Amino acid sequence: MPRTSDPALPRIIIDSVDKTFILRHTHSFKESFIAKLQKKKTTTSFSALSDIGFTVQEGESVALLGYNGSGKSTLLKLISGVMRPDSGRILTRGRVAGLIEVGAGFHPDLSGRENVYLNAAILGMNKDEIDRRFNDIVEFSEIGEFIDTEVKHYSSGMFVRLAFSVAIHTELDILLVDEVLAVGDAPFREKCKKKIQELTDQGKTMLVVSHDVDMVTQVCKRGIVLRDGKVCFDGAVNDAVASMQGNGA
Amino acid sequence: MSQKFPADLSEFTVPGHSRGIIDALSYRYLLRLLIRKGTLTRYHGSVLGWVWSYVKPAAQFLVFYLVFGFFLGLNKGIDNFPIYLFSGMIAINLFGEAFGNATRSIVDNTALVQKIYLPRELFPISAVIVAFVHFLPQVLILVIVCLFAGWVPTLVGIASIILGMLIVVTLAIGLGLFFGAINVAFRDAQNLVELILLFATWTSPVLYAWTMVADKVSPWVFNLYLSNPLTSAVELFHAGFWFSTTTGSLPQPPHLAAFSLIGLLISLIILAIGQLVFKRLEGHFAQNL
Repeated sequence: MPRTSDPALPRIIIDSVDKTFILRHTHSFKESFIAKLQKKKTTTSFSALSDIGFTVQEGESVALLGYNGSGKSTLLKLISGVMRPDSGRILTRGRVAGLIEVGAGFHPDLSGRENVYLNAAILGMNKDEIDRRFNDIVEFSEIGEFIDTEVKHYSSGMFVRLAFSVAIHTELDILLVDEVLAVGDAPFREKCKKKIQELTDQGKTMLVVSHDVDMVTQVCKRGIVLRDGKVCFDGAVNDAVASMQGNGA
Repeated sequence: MSQKFPADLSEFTVPGHSRGIIDALSYRYLLRLLIRKGTLTRYHGSVLGWVWSYVKPAAQFLVFYLVFGFFLGLNKGIDNFPIYLFSGMIAINLFGEAFGNATRSIVDNTALVQKIYLPRELFPISAVIVAFVHFLPQVLILVIVCLFAGWVPTLVGIASIILGMLIVVTLAIGLGLFFGAINVAFRDAQNLVELILLFATWTSPVLYAWTMVADKVSPWVFNLYLSNPLTSAVELFHAGFWFSTTTGSLPQPPHLAAFSLIGLLISLIILAIGQLVFKRLEGHFAQNL
């Protein structure tokens, strides 16, 4: 293992990736049969991403920009491994953690404490790591004494704060952020932004999907604009924002 | 766009690829928490809670005992029929619970499957283990009743019981992986599994003695009957719990050891097939749910 600390080694490699969704319109034999009789199409294919290719270097923070349906979230799902590309390849180096719809693993009948452990483990932490960070997680979430209450009794704000806090405290090399920064009230959002800034300063690699232009220009240096599943701009974040707004109108 | 990729990609991983069950088992801490979640929330909100784990098999036992033992007279044909009945019944119950839970496990965890990548085998496996935890109180009751009936545990007996459990759990994980994966795209699987479970109770000697089958069917059908892994499991439970409390008027089925190994082998083959199908379909889980 001679070159483990090679600084030129990227964190994410995306190499001519395609993803097509096939939407089934029929869900039973009866429906398929009727559709056949009426000569309707039973499936439509929809190309979500085509020929995407870029690399993200160590410590870079990249904003993925684009309007709804441009394929940003699909791309994040491919990088996180939830979905697989149809062709091309995606490679990641190090631990990937996603701030993708936080709270997916929360169980309403368990207490906050149990949910913290469960979700941190889902995000790939082991017991020692969670034990070490537990106090930070609770403190950041501002849940305080309610940590031993069942999560179903939480207000939606408390729920999101705790879920976000767990996700942001996981050990990671690559952080994928999808629209979750729109959570909580203004002070908490501010705190989240600061935490993310802190992670970038620590040299973590970051890929952010957001419509919040102010936020992405603050947090990210590089911007990639997607349109109809293709990369149409890749460069400095301010230029990327301008490119998206200029062409999209 | 010209791209320069490093020549040495050994440090990179392809997201979303796992080595199946082996990887799932390496997430030992998460598996433990998932099992804990399953057992903690199972009876959540019910006043009786875990008492239901005792009430349900007790009620089932009562009905079967009344009909088969009393009305149909098996009480007289089989020594200690209540123990015979209960030991077979809990084996089948374990299978039903484990297989059913595992089949639904992927769909039940939709939120996680769609948002975070984990080796998805974790869900069926934890579902099966939760079912196993749920089965232990029933074993406890059986052991207590057996002790009253003069049961003396032997090494061979305990080994038979453990082998029986191993067959049931392996089979349940294998079938659970297979039907759980198919259930994502076709919810028909769930209904099919219920049908299979209905058959499972009757195609193994739980409510009757194996001799009744042997008397009626040709030898090759009977061999087929004995090759059913669940038949071996039930007979292994009988061998461990029930046989030593009887006078031996109902002998054990022929070649029980050989058929048990065949049963275990079949279960392992089904596990391999289940894993293979699961891996093939896994890539589409997130978009089909």
